[in-house]
Amino acid sequence: MTEPLLHIDGICKSFGALKASDNVTLDLYPGEIHALIGPNGAGKSTLIAQIAGSLVPDAGRVFLEGRDVTATDTVARARAGLGRTFQISSLAMEDTVLQNAVLGALGARQKRLGLFARVMQDQALRDTAMEGLRQVGLDEFAALRTADLSHGQRRQLEVAVALTLNPHVFLMDEPMAGLGGEGSALLVTFLQQLKTRAPILLVEHDMDAVFQLADRISVLVYGRIIATGAPDEIRTNPEVREAYLGEVDDEEGGG
Amino acid sequence: MGRREFLINTVLALGLLVVPLWAHVNDQPYIITLTTKVAILALAGVGLNLALGLGGLVSLGHAMFFGIGGYAAGILASHAQSYAPLMEWPFTVEGTQSMPVIWMVALFASALAALVTGALSLRTSGVYFIMITLAFGQMFFYFTISWPAYGGEDGLSIYVRDHFPGLNTLVPIQFFAITYVLLGIALFVVARIARSGFGLALNAARQNETRVRAVGIEPYRLRLAAFVISGTITGLAGALFADLNRFVSPTMFSWQTSGEIMVFVILGGVARLFGPVAGAALFILLEEVLGGLSDYWHIYLGVLLLVVVLFARGGLIGLLAGEGKGDD
Repeated sequence: MTEPLLHIDGICKSFGALKASDNVTLDLYPGEIHALIGPNGAGKSTLIAQIAGSLVPDAGRVFLEGRDVTATDTVARARAGLGRTFQISSLAMEDTVLQNAVLGALGARQKRLGLFARVMQDQALRDTAMEGLRQVGLDEFAALRTADLSHGQRRQLEVAVALTLNPHVFLMDEPMAGLGGEGSALLVTFLQQLKTRAPILLVEHDMDAVFQLADRISVLVYGRIIATGAPDEIRTNPEVREAYLGEVDDEEGGG
Repeated sequence: MGRREFLINTVLALGLLVVPLWAHVNDQPYIITLTTKVAILALAGVGLNLALGLGGLVSLGHAMFFGIGGYAAGILASHAQSYAPLMEWPFTVEGTQSMPVIWMVALFASALAALVTGALSLRTSGVYFIMITLAFGQMFFYFTISWPAYGGEDGLSIYVRDHFPGLNTLVPIQFFAITYVLLGIALFVVARIARSGFGLALNAARQNETRVRAVGIEPYRLRLAAFVISGTITGLAGALFADLNRFVSPTMFSWQTSGEIMVFVILGGVARLFGPVAGAALFILLEEVLGGLSDYWHIYLGVLLLVVVLFARGGLIGLLAGEGKGDD
């Protein structure tokens, strides 16, 4: 078997008496979409924060392409090839759509930032940025102020900026949220192509999308992974049904 | 920058040139001195605007750099006047009245101060950052007050204005020319920085720090660099201000000075290239016109500031040029 690009090994994180992450082990292999699902309060956000580097685990390790990155911060992990999108859009709202994408391309370049050269006239950066925007269908909105985008378009821009980073691993936190039927369907198609470029760890509440997209699904309940497997295995797993899928109808928002 | 803002900037730049030239022809040295003061204070504001407007760093300590620049000029000139070297061991350092040398010292000293104080202050944010920069400024203020070697509370006089090769700095219009050119250079530098990759990332970090981290750029380093460049420009303004008044005093370090520099930026328009120029010009104009009517003219300034903050967030420039911000 090939090496996992992202390997989370026995992560534990407690807040007081609450075990938000209880010995979580998770792998992401090249070419796959691995979905992480779980009811509200299961500890998904805490887990993502530890993978992204904004929260230090109490125990356990995080490996990116075989390198131990447990002690590094979000900046170092982005530089090491982790491209993430946020549950709540995290963009420079006063800047144009293109400027946000160029910022990604600029970061991916990993060189000293120029102090005098006009960044928006750097053709290589512009090309990378426009390519990212084109792939999510935002290229015609490049000159728009980000604040003037619709909610769904901002979600797309999140993905576009992650694309400009040309990451080795994608970490996507609810990319479908608020997209609507047509938008979700387009994104599902897009992510299916994207996974061949870099595998995706997908946290998503849209169960239709998850079961359509995921090669593997891990179910997180009370900070513990209770099952990992192919969508069909997860669907029929009695423990999962009891803990999670039974209540899927009234599932809403963050976790 | 929109077309209209470019036009306004051109008018401001030309106006700041035409007024003293007119005054020179009509033998009105006081007007020249006033416009020189506008240029110098605008320069101080241009420095702060880089940190405040582009970086979102609300520094209430920029008087520190203004004062350091001023005292660099004052101390070097006082040693040159008394022929007593600054130090004799391990090597002799003489005072000087050469402006270029004084500027170099002012730039270096304020850059160093900005590096040290910035490295510490930028570990905090929001109101804590404001308080820490204020505290650093006050440290310098009280230090100069209690430092008898250089005049303490009474300050230091520069009996003859420092020299610039090839110019007679005692002629008001020639000294004005120096400040005008330096302001122009600073505006050019800041304009280029604002459009650079560094500027894009710095401005993005002001809007959304998480985003900048997620693309692998560390906001702290951006802000520190911006703070140093910002402090250096304000430091240069301080050296010129000392030569304008031929006098330096601890007042240059006071928090009121920091506040005034911030008022120029806010009045003129935060993050607008020519905001500090418009702000400083308006400030000096008000000081002259209203100051002639009443000693308590600051109350009118206060009302104006309130109106700007409440109704015209883009300041004077924003009011005239509108929102338009281009993307190159």
